[in-house]
Order: sequence, then structure tokens, then C-alpha cells
Amino acid sequence: MQQLSYFELIGFGPNGWGWALLTATGMTLAVALCGFLVGSVVGTFVAWAKLSRNMAARTLADGYTTVLRGIPDLLVIYLFYFGGSAALSAIGGLFGAEGFIGVPAFVTGALAIGIVSGAYQAEVFRGAYQVVSRGELEAARSVGMHRWLMFRRIVAPQVLRYAIPGLGNTWQLVLKESALISVTGLVELLRQSHIAAGSTRRPFDFYITAALLYLVITWVSTYLFQRAETHSMRGMRRAS
Amino acid sequence: MDFSFMRDTFLQLITGVPLTLNLAFTSVAFGAVLAMLLALMRISRIRILDIIARAYVFVFRGTPLLVQIFLIYYGLGQFRPTLQEWGLWSFFREPYWCAILALTLNTAAYASEIFRGGLQAVPHQQVEAARACGMSGFLLFRRIVFPIAVRQALPAYGSEIILMVKATSLASIITMMEVTGLAAKLISQTFRAVEIFVVAGAIYLILNFVITRIIMAIEWWLSPHLRRPPSIEPKLEAAHV
Repeated sequence: MQQLSYFELIGFGPNGWGWALLTATGMTLAVALCGFLVGSVVGTFVAWAKLSRNMAARTLADGYTTVLRGIPDLLVIYLFYFGGSAALSAIGGLFGAEGFIGVPAFVTGALAIGIVSGAYQAEVFRGAYQVVSRGELEAARSVGMHRWLMFRRIVAPQVLRYAIPGLGNTWQLVLKESALISVTGLVELLRQSHIAAGSTRRPFDFYITAALLYLVITWVSTYLFQRAETHSMRGMRRAS
Repeated sequence: MDFSFMRDTFLQLITGVPLTLNLAFTSVAFGAVLAMLLALMRISRIRILDIIARAYVFVFRGTPLLVQIFLIYYGLGQFRPTLQEWGLWSFFREPYWCAILALTLNTAAYASEIFRGGLQAVPHQQVEAARACGMSGFLLFRRIVFPIAVRQALPAYGSEIILMVKATSLASIITMMEVTGLAAKLISQTFRAVEIFVVAGAIYLILNFVITRIIMAIEWWLSPHLRRPPSIEPKLEAAHV
């Protein structure tokens, strides 16, 4: 059997893995994006708890961010992967279903990423909220806005504006963390490269391709976040 | 929650702590040297060195650590005959050394940016004053630039060390039995994910807590100028003499 060239190997020909790798890249993006959005929701509520005057909520939220930022992401993924299935099987057992019920790897991955990135995003949102000028909040209250209206019209747009750089960093973290989801068997970019490497015995070629694809994704997202930042800062004077 | 099970788990997982710390500190030590080199390349104003350092940082910060570990541990196996010829195969065959290499290269990229920030934050007047006193080159670096830069960079570098302790968990994927590796093995044997997670998480939290405290102590020790001067107690006995 003759050795395939690198470009035949990763190309889109009959022996190429091109489509498989591209699909897997899509899967990486999908799981990272879902995890990031879950994290945004979690992060918003945790930031709210951290800023609240309720002592218990604040302690709980501080504990959450300390713990989740202090333990390895891989452990959280194992917890969701094994623990989620065990919990689901137990719940299934109550309703008469027998045996082991697995949680889909995609859901496990998105939830684990979301829970971890929620801790980071909470800190980003909290920091951004503290920059929003008190005067604007008082003005909004004095014209009679209620909490929800004030949140929607005054707080959210400004917090998002100040949070963009921090969110960009968190997105990069999430993207790299999504590679860890491969341990649960979800066929994302790293897993697909692993499979391809095993079946062709060309591990270096596939892992270097995976690395390049990750680089492209991070590069494009850095660019997009920079665009978003300049767009959101239009009309604002910067001290520099 | 079954406390006797958790105690047994703790006793088993604690045996992985030496390896976790070994991986973290070995790679942080090697990584710091490489990072210093990269930071100096960045501020050297020699174009080609600057570009090389930039590219290095871009590549290693832009790809997941796990990909880097796989690339070194599995990927280099593709060149086994060449590596054997060069006598390097015994190095790349060992998961321990592959993990150390990947972690070192990875942390060097992040730390070099921290060091560069520290070096660039050294006030220009200090350098000028030192030059006016006749210092230059290595003496200037050793006496003025380096001590100030270390102080500036230490808080950020502390978080990088914590990140590295967390990152050692990835070595478990290439068969290293450190804390996460042992935890994963136990989970797959007993399927009691929650208890084992709590114990393993507590071990990491304790490790990171201790490391943060040590960094804070070093910070305190390195910045005597920010501390309040010790109050000089008047010697009351002397007054009576």
C-alpha cells in the first residue's frame, strides 16, 4: 500500500478525511457555542447574586465561582458524564425503566462547559456592572423605570458593552475547553482527529491539522470580538 | 453521602498529589526560563526575534493544551524511526516527559506575556536614573529592571501557576495517575461520581488555596516599601532611669 500524501489524507478525495474533519469542526463550534450561552445565563444569575444585598445569595455565589475556578475542568466533565447518567438512570428507575440510561454526550459537554464558564462570566459581568455609572441608574429610577425595564434599557446594553473584552477571553477558554469533551466520546474536532489518526496511523498529520483548525477558529473569533468592541464603543471617547 | 467511602477515596486520591505537584512545578520551573527568554525576545527590538516569539505565543495560546499533549505523545510516534536514530525516542516514549514538555511549552507562552507586561511596566525614570549612575546591560537588568518587573508580574503569575495545577489533570488522559487520573479510575470502578468528585475537588481546592497563600506571602516579602513602617515603641522604662 502506498503512502498517501498529506493533502490526499486531509483532502476531500475518496481517501480524504476533509469532510469528517470539517463536520467535527462544526460540532466543536456547536458545543462551544451552546456551552457559552448556558454559561451566559448562569453567569448573569450568579453575578446578580454576587451584587445582591442578600448575604446568603452572595456567599453562595462566591462559593460557586471560587470552587468552579479552582478545580480542573476535566473533573467537572467527569462529574456530568458519569454523575448525569447515574442520576438519569436512578430517575428512570423510579418510572420503571430498567438499566443504564446515558446522557447524550453533547448535552453533557454543553452543560459542563456552561457551568464552568458561568463562573468566569459571572466575574466578567460583575466587573462590567460596577463600571456602569450610578448616575444613570438613578436617572432611570427617577423617570419611573421599573427593575425589568431598567435592566433591559439601561443596565444590559452597557454591561454588554463593557463586558465584550472579558467575554472574548472567556470564549477562547470555552473553545479550548471543548477539546476536553472528547473524553466523553462526542465526535468533535479532537475526537475525530484521534479516530482518523488511529485508522490511518498518521497521528502527527491529523493532530497538526486539528491544531491548525483550532488556530483558525481562535484567530477569526479574536477578529470578530475586536470588531464588536470597536462597534459597541462607537461614539464613546476613550482615554488613551 | 457515605462518609467512610469518602474517607477511603480521600486516602486513595491523596497518593496522586505528589505526581500532580511534580508535574505542575517541574513544568512551571522550565516554563519560566523559556518564558523569560520569549519575553526578552519580544522587547529586544530585533525584528526577527520579535516575530518568532509572537508566532510562538499565538500558536500555543490559540490551540487547546490537550491537542498539544496529543501532538507530542501520539503525534511524534509517527517519526519513531527518526527519533530512535537521534536517541530521543526514550524521552518521547514516556508519558511523563511528554506531559512535562507539553505543559512547559504551554505555560511558557502564557507566562511570557505576563513577564513582558511586567518588564514594560518598569518606570522609565528608574532605568534612566540607573543609567545616570553608570549601570548598563546585565547589571541594570539584575539590580533595577528585574526586581521591579517581578513585583509587577507576580499577582498574574500566581494565577498562571494555579492554572497549571489545574492543567496537570490533562496528563491523566495520557495514562498519568495523578489526582484526576485516580478519580476517573475510581469513578469508572464504583460509579459514585458525586462523592469522588467532591473529594477530588476538595483536594484541588486545598492545593490551590495553599499556593495562593504562598504567592501572597512572597508578594508581601518582595514589597517592603508598601508595608507600613514598624511603629517604634518608645522605651518607657528608659524614661524612669
